[in-house]
Amino acid sequence: MLARLIAAAMSLCLPATTFATNAPTARATDGMLRLYYWQAPTTLNPYLSGGIKDIEAASLILEPLARLDPEGAMIPWLAREIPTLENGGVAADMRSITWRLKEGLTWSDGSPVTSGDVKFTLTYCMTAGSGCAQQAKFRDVMAVDTADALTAVLHFATPKPYPYGPFVGPQTPLIQAAQFSECLGPSAASCTAANFAPIGTGPFRAVEFRPGDTARFDVNPAYRTPDAPAFGSVLLKGGGSAETAGRAVLETGEFDYAWNLQLSPTVLDAMAAKGKGQVVTGFSTLVERLALNLREPAPRGSSTSGPAPIPHPAMADIEVRRALSMSLDRAAMTQIGYGRAGRVTCNIVPGPPAYASRANDGCAAQDIEGAQEVLTNAGWTDDNGDGVRARAGRELRFIFQTSTNAVRQDFQMLAKEWWRQIGIKTELRNIDASVFFSTDPGNPDTLQRFDAHIQMYASASDGTDPEAYLSGWACGNIPTVRNGWQGRNVGGWCDPAYDALLEELSATAAPEDRAALARTLNDMLVQNYVVVPLVDRGRVSAHANTLEGVRMNAWDSELWNIADWRRAQS
Amino acid sequence: MRSARKLRLGVLLLAVAVALVILGPLLWTLPHDAMDLGARNAPASLAHPLGTDQLGRDLAARLFAGGRVSLAVALVAALVGTGLGLAIGLAAGMSRRLDGPLMRLTDIFLSLPLLPLLLIAATLFRAPLASALGAEVGVFTLITLSIGATSWMSTARILRADVRSVMQRDFIAAAQLVGIRPARMVVFHILPNIASTLSVSAALAAASAILMESALSFLGLGFPPDLPSWGRLIFEGTPHLGTYPGRSLWPGAMIAITATGVTSLGDTLRAKAIGN
Repeated sequence: MLARLIAAAMSLCLPATTFATNAPTARATDGMLRLYYWQAPTTLNPYLSGGIKDIEAASLILEPLARLDPEGAMIPWLAREIPTLENGGVAADMRSITWRLKEGLTWSDGSPVTSGDVKFTLTYCMTAGSGCAQQAKFRDVMAVDTADALTAVLHFATPKPYPYGPFVGPQTPLIQAAQFSECLGPSAASCTAANFAPIGTGPFRAVEFRPGDTARFDVNPAYRTPDAPAFGSVLLKGGGSAETAGRAVLETGEFDYAWNLQLSPTVLDAMAAKGKGQVVTGFSTLVERLALNLREPAPRGSSTSGPAPIPHPAMADIEVRRALSMSLDRAAMTQIGYGRAGRVTCNIVPGPPAYASRANDGCAAQDIEGAQEVLTNAGWTDDNGDGVRARAGRELRFIFQTSTNAVRQDFQMLAKEWWRQIGIKTELRNIDASVFFSTDPGNPDTLQRFDAHIQMYASASDGTDPEAYLSGWACGNIPTVRNGWQGRNVGGWCDPAYDALLEELSATAAPEDRAALARTLNDMLVQNYVVVPLVDRGRVSAHANTLEGVRMNAWDSELWNIADWRRAQS
Repeated sequence: MRSARKLRLGVLLLAVAVALVILGPLLWTLPHDAMDLGARNAPASLAHPLGTDQLGRDLAARLFAGGRVSLAVALVAALVGTGLGLAIGLAAGMSRRLDGPLMRLTDIFLSLPLLPLLLIAATLFRAPLASALGAEVGVFTLITLSIGATSWMSTARILRADVRSVMQRDFIAAAQLVGIRPARMVVFHILPNIASTLSVSAALAAASAILMESALSFLGLGFPPDLPSWGRLIFEGTPHLGTYPGRSLWPGAMIAITATGVTSLGDTLRAKAIGN
């Protein structure tokens, strides 16, 4: 039966491929594809794990209704088209979205994919006790109507101008109702057979899964594209380190694809120079930035219910913040710290392209003289000749903290030196990452407490829509004693105009208007020097020269188009 | 004869390390934090005898500057630790009444996990010390005191045993009979007999203080990242062992030279004391 299916599929696709120049000739003709994930997946059910490694491994099998392409644009995957206000897919009151499945879709066991599976997937994740890791994506979904076998209508509790949380991207793919119907609620984690070999719609299906070690896949005979995938089987090897993974692809050629090569630029360049493979980079929204504390740090040991914070006499002066930003050579920092895994950014929202502002591009050039002039014009001068500028008795002495990390310490050294040249004295402090990024309100050394003047860290927007991310700089998001040091507006910047624009964004549905608003908000943050963006950090992977069709994607699973991967013809 | 050669070797190694650290910066005047972004990762040359690091800082200058920090920490921390250990070991060895409580105190300190203790100390005392003594002196005081305060236990134990065995000897009984005061007895009768053990533990304490400081710096609780020490240089260089081995091998060699010098010095002193 299976062989006949494959044969039928092959015979179907043969005439078509004669027109395509680069496409594979037939399904399963290119042998085995070997992937190296140095963090080994522990499950193939993305709903039971927040780990990227698990989500990526599962993306070989399970597919969502829509995906994000390497540019961050939404493309329909199992759905016929992206529902919008214009095509009627999104209701005018923004309280519901209608997804219509492609016709003729089948699971790898041959049964049809229906809107019931969409409804079930939501039920599966939202049933109490399931421990579903993706509940945040479904939070506001009240109910799912299945108008017919191919139409699912999601109803939201509140108007959703951006309704593309559920079933978009690799975190929330469809799972088969028939397979998981016994796995609801607390029994979700104990359904090992289903979690380790889910039935999916993707190009491959699981053959063998050893958690924390190896996974084997073969071709899904019921895959909807007849001439894909080109590879007959996939071996996904886990374990080791980023360095061994890079070696296995770039130096020895044992593997075809190595995932997430977080290596120092010199090490990675040395590997790439062996000529066995290529390094690929994808960028999303992870930005390494400086946050500037506009408030005077409270003295140590002050009472916990102390007075409202007072503005810092130097940091509250925008010219000081401007000078701090102008004197940085972001290109040098990127080259030293990240190499090809980073690119200079002047925006806190660096992508997708429609959301990236072009108004701040001038920041990329270092301007020491300009920064000195800015400070002098603002009245900050070095009168006593100790190399530190002062105004009205207040010297420009700052404490600069970040987590303990080789690249970040290099950045600290560089910034300290450049700031010294413009008459600002910096004291450096590095804090263990587990403390710095902890949310313990009792520890004064955390990111939220910000007991310093300048701090450096990286953060990203979840998905392509930056609304939730940008709302992190609202007045209500300032961490204080009163709210238990919660919130992401660590610098304490507050502008009612910004909050008003955020309000507007939360009621705007048209994508172009949303992008324009997001750019304006980004410009307000960057041009007020609330944050100083430094480097847009990408995801780095490598593939062998014999592997074709890889399109690195930092928005979705890196394996999003694995059905199109093929062996190079030699 | 053998011990004399060993003594010479110890003194020589230590002298080399100390001379490099103290005289090096006088001969090699390049500042350790001057960055030359045009000469990053440069190999050894006349301009940079040991090459430069990833920010174009001269490795030789950093080695000398790091040595000053590391040796100062080692010296002070070893003094504090050995002093505490000596006091407690003497008290426990000479007085039967204090013996039990002091040795239980030692047990308690031995059973405490040291790193978490140091983390707490750093969190609690860093800011007050920094505001009282200035940033760098404050951190130096904190690090040396906390390393010293957590490394006296083995010294105290060993010295107590030594003191007890000395106390059994006839000349002590004779001294007690004559009515010599305890302080005089310690200086003239006990210390000379335990000097060898004392010097060995002091040497070992100095060597381990260097390593402890590097561990603290690595966790971000030691010196700020712009103040190099040998330990920090090693940690910074480890990821580049394959490409630029000199970055961690040179400071590693300096630690090895210093530790070997101090230890063989202590060893010889012990041998001499036994011989006498």
